[in-house]
Amino acid sequence: MDSFSSDFPSGSSSGKMDTGTIMEQVKVQIAVANAQELLQRMTDKCFKKCIVKPGSSLDNSEQKCIAMCMDRYMDAWNTVSRAYNSRLQRERARI
Amino acid sequence: MISEKGIDMADFSSSFDMPSASSSESADAAELQRLIAVEQQKAQFQAQVHNFTDACWDKCVDKPSSKLDSRTETCLVSCVERFIDTTLTITNRFTQMVQKGAH
Repeated sequence: MDSFSSDFPSGSSSGKMDTGTIMEQVKVQIAVANAQELLQRMTDKCFKKCIVKPGSSLDNSEQKCIAMCMDRYMDAWNTVSRAYNSRLQRERARI
Repeated sequence: MISEKGIDMADFSSSFDMPSASSSESADAAELQRLIAVEQQKAQFQAQVHNFTDACWDKCVDKPSSKLDSRTETCLVSCVERFIDTTLTITNRFTQMVQKGAH
């Protein structure tokens, strides 16, 4: 994350930091971290599924498998996200 | 999970201690803390989705195909629900065990 961090703007002469600017930066940093997490897990899963015996390069079938795997992983992520959200809403309704 | 990537959400809240400042600056800081708490909650949700997807992918997806069939979708949804049920079961039973004086 170091390469994506940016310092918050230092206080202006009035000593005030702009809430909007700070929140924008917070959201961006969180989004970047989320994308990195996604890519790391996706790489792990798709490597396991697609590269059975590592050769001297990625052959065509491996490349196609990786592409499909990426799409399916993101589909799965979305399905899980919806399911989790539904469950949370159901639990909140019970309280 | 997010914290392992270098964003420790605690850093955000602790770096906005209330200064002994004018009331409008205190209001700004309070609003900022509130907004950050909202983002923190969203980030925790995302982190959990990563965890569930990781576990449920192994259980539900056999061969990556050209689309997620309905059997796989159902499996993923059930997996999330059962994972949460498992968490609740473990929490409850562990609480009982502790109360009974077990370890």
